[in-house]
Amino acid sequence: MHSKATLGLKVAAMCGLLFLHLPILLIFVYAFTTEDKSYQWPPPGLTLQWFGVTWNRPDVWEALGLSLRVAAISTVIAMVLGTLCAAAVARFRFFGRETISLLVILPIALPGIITGISLRSAFNIADIPFSFWTIVLGHATFCIVVVYNNAVARFRRTSSSLVEASMDLGATYFQTLRFVIMPNIATALLAGGMLAFALSFDEVIVTTFTAGQQQTLPIWMLEELVRPRQRPVTNVVALLVVLVTFVPILAAYYLTRGTETVAGQGK
Amino acid sequence: MSDTTSAPSRISDAFWRQPTILLLLLVTPPLLWLGIVYLGSLFALLAQSFFSIDEFTGLVRYEFTLKTYAELLRASNFDILIRTIVMASAVTIASAIIAFPIAYYAARYARGRWKAVFYLGIMLPLWSSYLVKVYSWKLILAKEGILNWFFETLYLSWILEAYLAIPVVGGNSLSVSWTGTFLVFVYVWLPFMILPVQAALERVPPSMLEASGDLGASSGQTLRHVILPLALPGIIAGSIFTFSLTMGDYIIPQIVGTSARMIGQAVYQFQGTAGNIPLAAAFAVVPIFVMGIYLTLAKRAGAFDAL
Repeated sequence: MHSKATLGLKVAAMCGLLFLHLPILLIFVYAFTTEDKSYQWPPPGLTLQWFGVTWNRPDVWEALGLSLRVAAISTVIAMVLGTLCAAAVARFRFFGRETISLLVILPIALPGIITGISLRSAFNIADIPFSFWTIVLGHATFCIVVVYNNAVARFRRTSSSLVEASMDLGATYFQTLRFVIMPNIATALLAGGMLAFALSFDEVIVTTFTAGQQQTLPIWMLEELVRPRQRPVTNVVALLVVLVTFVPILAAYYLTRGTETVAGQGK
Repeated sequence: MSDTTSAPSRISDAFWRQPTILLLLLVTPPLLWLGIVYLGSLFALLAQSFFSIDEFTGLVRYEFTLKTYAELLRASNFDILIRTIVMASAVTIASAIIAFPIAYYAARYARGRWKAVFYLGIMLPLWSSYLVKVYSWKLILAKEGILNWFFETLYLSWILEAYLAIPVVGGNSLSVSWTGTFLVFVYVWLPFMILPVQAALERVPPSMLEASGDLGASSGQTLRHVILPLALPGIIAGSIFTFSLTMGDYIIPQIVGTSARMIGQAVYQFQGTAGNIPLAAAFAVVPIFVMGIYLTLAKRAGAFDAL
């Protein structure tokens, strides 16, 4: 039996989806508005001028550069640590296994402000000055979980008999890792890495606590939100940020499509 | 073992005979990182909450005291706690109500192309930039923005004005009212509710619904007595996110809302401008404590199987 959805359900579901998407679409319109003093709707006119203005802004470029570097390095760290953790939890039964999976999830289950203020007070106590690396330290910590989630799901799906067969046929652990395990988990790792990248690229709450004078792109945006100074530039940056984050999300989706668990279901 | 075996195969043999070595190699780096960077910091924070600030010098006095926790109970601080928890509950309930039809449709009726549309339709907003989402609501709720324009064009401004005149939820305009804060919270955390509810609903076998219908239940009764109880673990799992994220947020109420603070803002201000780190730490312990209770109850309700 495959009954039809009632009209009410259809309407409610569609309205829900619209509610999720209309605000983001609005950003697309505002990036082209000619009005630069207020958030006037409907826009009095459309222009491409603000894209040029934004292109020539060194502060935007600097913030973007810093965000990309932080995201890249945090992603690499998170991918290494997340994969190791996933391998251990998926392949072994050991004391404290449950605790480890809880520990990995904790940085994202507890509100970001707690991770942020904890790190900040730890840096204060240990006399660590704020730098590029303090930002990375925070980001890598909460990025581990997305890599872990993707990797652990894939490890569970790949049968351990494959590994045993490889070893029975005389392969060493390293050969097995290179020729059996890696090809099996590669797309899951890539998807996890992309999500970790997107998560780090967008993070603001923890970053406000772990950054000194540096501005990542989200911190730049936050300043503009609290004290709007150049609305048109902010509109364009917002549009670009949306487009930039869509790329890794779509890529992660296509990489893991058709498997049991599709990447990105937990953030 | 002969001398001709290479180093890699000798290491492999060792791993095979002693899997514990391999396990330790796998577990130690992530455990060290999370243990030192994360748990270490968390304990550093907890420890601070047991210190107090000297009222005369404004410096932190490093001796054990519960004075700082007592300060949480002062009326102005206690209001912040209550306000935050009420807001987090309201956001959670609203998210569950809006999320359910989307999740239900996506789980039961969407097939093929529509399945992908729903999937990406939930995923893209989930992963879109948090600040951009908040910013878009600043655009929507602004006095000259699209929402006021919408009401004006339909000659319905009086409805909006009547609503804003209601105390507590109203205000000068939506962007400086609790309703505004509430709307943005619901918008930003909604996808976190949809996904676990959808996952829970996808696991309900269709035969169960047929059985319920065959036994004479109306569709309303099936919803009430079969579907909802089975979706509940998913709703609880989603509520963990919506509740926790609302409780710890300090950016949304700062940008859209009244001047009355929530826990996140209090933590931010006490550790920053006010320099009262013990009180900030004590405030931060509240969400940890509330989430601890919440997670224990959720676990008992079987919500973790739905994650």
